[in-house]
Amino acid sequence: MIEIKDIQKLATLSRMKISPEEAESLRSEIDSILGYVADINKVSLVDVPDEEMRRNVFRDDKDSNVSGEYTEKLLALSPDRDGNYIKVKKIL
Amino acid sequence: MAIDLTTLTIKKAHEGLMSGDFTAVELSQAYLEEIKNKNADINAYLEVYEDVVKQAEEADRKIKSKININLLIGIPFAIKDNILIDGRKVGAASKILEGYVAPYDATAISNLKEKGVVFIGRVNMDEFAMGGSTENSAYGVTKNPVDTSRVAGGSSGGSAAAVAMNGALVALGSDTGGSVRQPASFCGVVGLKPTYGAVSRHGLMAMGSSLDVIGPIGKTVEDVEIIFDAIKGQDKYDSTSFYPHEESGQRCPLTTLKIGVPKRIFDQGGIDEEVKKNFNDTISKLKSLGHTIIDIDLPNISHALGVYYVIMPAEVSSNMARFDGVKYGNIKKGDTLLEDYLNTRGEGFGKEVRRRIMLGTYVLSSGYYDAYYGKANKVRNVIRADFTKAFKEVDVILTPTAPTPAFKIGEKTKDPLSMYLEDIFTVTANLVGIPAMSVPSGVSSEKLPLSIQIMAPHFKEESFFV
Repeated sequence: MIEIKDIQKLATLSRMKISPEEAESLRSEIDSILGYVADINKVSLVDVPDEEMRRNVFRDDKDSNVSGEYTEKLLALSPDRDGNYIKVKKIL
Repeated sequence: MAIDLTTLTIKKAHEGLMSGDFTAVELSQAYLEEIKNKNADINAYLEVYEDVVKQAEEADRKIKSKININLLIGIPFAIKDNILIDGRKVGAASKILEGYVAPYDATAISNLKEKGVVFIGRVNMDEFAMGGSTENSAYGVTKNPVDTSRVAGGSSGGSAAAVAMNGALVALGSDTGGSVRQPASFCGVVGLKPTYGAVSRHGLMAMGSSLDVIGPIGKTVEDVEIIFDAIKGQDKYDSTSFYPHEESGQRCPLTTLKIGVPKRIFDQGGIDEEVKKNFNDTISKLKSLGHTIIDIDLPNISHALGVYYVIMPAEVSSNMARFDGVKYGNIKKGDTLLEDYLNTRGEGFGKEVRRRIMLGTYVLSSGYYDAYYGKANKVRNVIRADFTKAFKEVDVILTPTAPTPAFKIGEKTKDPLSMYLEDIFTVTANLVGIPAMSVPSGVSSEKLPLSIQIMAPHFKEESFFV
């Protein structure tokens, strides 16, 4: 059974402020969803051939676009900007 | 002249444009007129673009000079609010992205721009594509044009409703667990979820990256095929995109299809009696048309929904981490950087998005990872292997698209699990990565549309098309 303090912990980890009322409703909702999905543990795993396994496909981090092509457009979207920098509050 | 939008298809519209029966401007204006009359009630469109007529004039100019003549030139499209069009607002129906302007075109959009289509506007959806009814939109529910007391389905509810209400000839949606097929079913139109990777995800806002795919919605299978052909293909901006160059040559034979029907498909509860009857009637009809019906064994299909509701929230919680109020979007400031995050994400995301982020954070957390995410991925591979085995015997597999016809607005909002069960037939294709198409198969006693879902092996979309 998932507890309120677990919900609060998850909210902190997820960087979301939630009200005590929402924490309470999330507790019961997440509990019932976890109860439903726990059924997957009943599946007896069989050996699956390699070609059925999914794999990650990566590309090299190069040649994506011309350098600087999107700089102005992307910076213009930031809520707080100083020249070519995005401003954030002090971290430490 | 008055254009009959209800029976219009891409090919008919194309003939009309080529023969000069109507211009692209007149065609777009006919749709704009319908939107003006209906959208205040239906709420399919979040924004109708100001330059629709200008785009159509451009198409007319090309048609007149016989430049770039193709089936899609001048065809009016509605675009789901999570697909980027350079320089236009896009927001995944979320408050956290209010005011966001797309800095580039999604690849599917560049493909359509090359064809010279007309973008009518951006359409409503469940916030970040999370939901099955568009009730999770920050901008209100999209009503079903067939019965406005009911939902249009979701998450691409705006796309399906726009087509059904004659607010656009065709639309793009996205499908992570049924989000193109289920609203298509609810609104009585055709929806295609292509093979994973067949359409580039570049410029589609990510929800579940191993599941997401852009898919077309239209009134006919032929329309959906034409759009799919225009947007499919490998893209250097999406390393998971792929489409074989050779046509498989296995188009749908009209008489000799081997159709698989999963045994015990209706064992799970919550499936509407009329859906069952309609499905069984459809199977009988297909049999009488000369197709062979084969009972197939998909032993783990009943676990697909459970697997999906572990893997999808896990991917959601990772993908949603980018919305921090720093780089873009609608920041809610606090006294510290941490408070900026807590406020921006707490207030900017709607309830269902918050719920899935929390659930994903839980199943990925140390101590629970093996029991949930690890196990779900292993079962996902087993289900995939089950399908590979089944497709050795049959050409396609049939199920209903959704367990119910369109439900009443508000009927399922109190109980998230009951909403999740709407995805019971659709999530499997996303987990396995295969293409699936929803096609209307009749109406219920209340005249609500019902549909069947056809699934085919990877990259065999052609077997849906005649």
